[in-house]
Amino acid sequence: MPILEVENLSVSFKQYTGLKQKTHKVISSLNVTLEAGEILAVVGASGSGKSLLAHAILGILPRNASICGVIKYAGEELTPDRQTVLRGKEIALVPQSVNFLDPLMRVGSQVRTSVKNGDAVSVQREVFERYHLRQEVEKMYPFQLSGGMARRTLLSTAMVSGAKVIIADEPTPGLDPDVIKEALNNFREVADNGCAVMLITHDIESALNIADKIAVFYAGTTVEVAPVENFKGHGEEIRHPYSKALWRALPQNDFIPIPGSQPHPSSLPAGCLFAPRCVMATPECRQVQPEMRKLRGGMVRCIHAT
Amino acid sequence: MRKYIGGKLGLFLLLKGLRMATLLFAICLISFLLIKNSPIDPIQAYIGADMLKVGPEQREKIAEYWGVDQPVMVQFLNWGSALLTGDLGTSMIFRRPVIDIIGERFLNSLALMISAWVLSGMIGFAMGVVAAMKKGTWIDRIIKWYCFTLASTPTFWMGLLILIVFAVWLKWFPFGMGVPAGVLAENVTMVDRINHLILPAITLSIVGVANVALHTRQKLIDVLASDYVLFARARGEQGFVLFWRHGLRNVALPAITLQFAAFSELFGGAVLTEQVFSYPGLGQATVEAGLRGDVPLLLGLVIFSTIFVFVGNLLADLSYRLLDPRMREGRRYDFKPQIKK
Amino acid sequence: MISSLKLKNKDNHKQLPSNRKKRTLFIILISIIFLVIVILGGVLIDEGRIVTNLNDRNAPPSLDHLFGTDWLGRDMFTRTLMGLSLSIGVGLIGAIGSASIALFLGMAAATMGKMADRLISWLIDLFLSVPHLVTLILIAFTLGGGFKGIVIGLALTHWPSLARVIRAEVMQVRSAEYVQVSQKMGKSQWWIALHHILPHIAPQLLIGFMLLFPHVILHEAAVTFLGLGLSPHEPAIGIILSESMKYLSSGMWWLAFFPGLCLLIIVRTFDQIGENIRLLIDPNRAQD
Repeated sequence: MPILEVENLSVSFKQYTGLKQKTHKVISSLNVTLEAGEILAVVGASGSGKSLLAHAILGILPRNASICGVIKYAGEELTPDRQTVLRGKEIALVPQSVNFLDPLMRVGSQVRTSVKNGDAVSVQREVFERYHLRQEVEKMYPFQLSGGMARRTLLSTAMVSGAKVIIADEPTPGLDPDVIKEALNNFREVADNGCAVMLITHDIESALNIADKIAVFYAGTTVEVAPVENFKGHGEEIRHPYSKALWRALPQNDFIPIPGSQPHPSSLPAGCLFAPRCVMATPECRQVQPEMRKLRGGMVRCIHAT
Repeated sequence: MRKYIGGKLGLFLLLKGLRMATLLFAICLISFLLIKNSPIDPIQAYIGADMLKVGPEQREKIAEYWGVDQPVMVQFLNWGSALLTGDLGTSMIFRRPVIDIIGERFLNSLALMISAWVLSGMIGFAMGVVAAMKKGTWIDRIIKWYCFTLASTPTFWMGLLILIVFAVWLKWFPFGMGVPAGVLAENVTMVDRINHLILPAITLSIVGVANVALHTRQKLIDVLASDYVLFARARGEQGFVLFWRHGLRNVALPAITLQFAAFSELFGGAVLTEQVFSYPGLGQATVEAGLRGDVPLLLGLVIFSTIFVFVGNLLADLSYRLLDPRMREGRRYDFKPQIKK
Repeated sequence: MISSLKLKNKDNHKQLPSNRKKRTLFIILISIIFLVIVILGGVLIDEGRIVTNLNDRNAPPSLDHLFGTDWLGRDMFTRTLMGLSLSIGVGLIGAIGSASIALFLGMAAATMGKMADRLISWLIDLFLSVPHLVTLILIAFTLGGGFKGIVIGLALTHWPSLARVIRAEVMQVRSAEYVQVSQKMGKSQWWIALHHILPHIAPQLLIGFMLLFPHVILHEAAVTFLGLGLSPHEPAIGIILSESMKYLSSGMWWLAFFPGLCLLIIVRTFDQIGENIRLLIDPNRAQD
């Protein structure tokens, strides 16, 4: 049984631009599932609303956001009340950067506040040792950390909580390759110990190295969920034209960029969201948005996929 | 490391001191020239109502004593060099050295200003915090409305209202004066003094909360929308714990700084409140000096208030340097990189 | 007011966004009408109501005398109205003076090179380093008090913050592409100032001016209250309040209460207009 299921999730925002009020649908009918012991990479271009998926699961969206759809944790619906109880305890977030640490609090204390069971100090020291953070690091303020140290500190906050689901939101931006590799290996290790990891990233290459499943995210929704093995060769086994294009845009493949750009949430096309940029698009594609359907052990949102 | 930071602080203080010196010099010169060119005859101001009884000879003697017949720049140099030795001249209305009067009045004003400063700071901070935590609710709207209205309230009118309610109607407190009228100075008790201090202090605090409250509110709203609070919420923190751990430490410092930087308004407020409550402080002395043309006292007060404002700004800067770890501990520690590249 | 509007909009989808704009304009309009009525009232009101009338002294507020009468039997409502109109007038002159100084120094700091910029920023520091009220007392004292003293004092003390805003705005527009292009096309400095810079800073100047106003009025009333401003023969609010102090202990609260309250309302109205204009012109900065 999957530990986390997201069914038909939509997130929209009310925003005031000047004196006008607008509603933007940033995530629409999104579906993903997450199993214990596996890493699911949610991959998509920046600005596609991936972070909001993490915030929606944790129930920490801003006040002017409204969501619909169902999120289930361990088979039971994740209501706002349950989210309040579970976040930081069963579900933990690993954020993007050092800016997510309180600038005026020593990092050791910040890690200790995440400890839910046992002696906070010893748990924190243990995890720092595991991630090769020297003891004086706990006395430092976030601005004193190097990129790698910040990375490991953020991971520590999730580790000490004893959470079963870890959502990592762009955990590797602007780091050098060694640090990225180390960070990703840490996640693999965590998953191998029985946690479920959702890795939200725009870095498809790194994701492919460690993930078990890839969910491809486009303009606020998933267009495909596929086992990582499908991403090989010229992408023949990949189901959705966008995922294919993403794969082929990688430098070590054909290195062909996808023409056009992702639509802004305020001006989404009527039918399939990818239709305007798709080489396979037919008039039908522009009618209604296709439903997610099962195909060869994965899921796809395309009427032409085979 | 420590030594280096100490050096930086020393340099900072030196630069601040230099800036202060140039500003102070300019202010002395400008106010001196302004006052010398005023239509008020300092001799007349000195003699006051006895003007008709004074003969021309006596008049000249007084003029010589004050040095009023010399060129303006010579007068300025005389006054300035006396100033450097700490001699601010003799007050014309009190017939005592200006420095003594300022010292004595400052103690009175200090009691008033400190109590108002602390009270308004704490109440304003609490109001700002409540408004920000409850942003958009009726309580936030009430606090905001109240602060904006306060900002439009004449300080002296607020004083009059408080006087009417507490001194006239309820008769809880005496009607004005720093000490009871007709009582010798040595017989004035601490209780008397405090009794006369409460109403002016309350007035000054009520008016002072608006700025801190609105600033704290905005700052806390920003903090609550920050990434680190989002992450704290993701870790299950909420409500009071969240505020205590992350909100307080991030808004307290700007609020303290703001309070120090508001010494100028505090002094202005004290001038008005002291006048309403006939409280014998610096503010009242300023008004008296202005009304009765007491040139040495007025000049002395201008200089003193400038120093007062400067000290406030300096404390604001220092509190940042000493309390904010980003300023205090400099950049990163020296450490050997653990990951070899 | 504005935040309540926002909340309503959140809950009620049917309300059109343009309503917010309309309401903001409406608030501005009402406030202006209110101010005009007060000014006209002060100018046009029958002066017969403030002649000494010893039969009707020290009367508490009644239908006949809304704000009561004073120890000479003068109608306090009439005195207050005249005082407000005088305050607005003095405030207007002071604020125009201050805004002009701010405009001049702000433009000079931004366009006349590094030395001018440094000099002006030093000047701003100079003015901010003495408490406002003390500067005002000093200037009023130098000029011998009275109308001239207070107006010059007000004009000379309120410009620093607006000058900073204008300096920043001018700096920003000067680096804008269209100004650079105009410069390359050989347009004169004056042409650029008139056609590019002035229109760009006009809204900021207007907002700054409106927000200066309340401070100027309050300071005028304060200095007059202290006895260093307008002469005791003028029907100013500061004079009314300082006179009332002698009679407060005998319980004549209305002498102080109503005039001060009216001053507060006037100042608040100006503030409202300023904030609402800002909301119209510069919505992002005005949002909380």
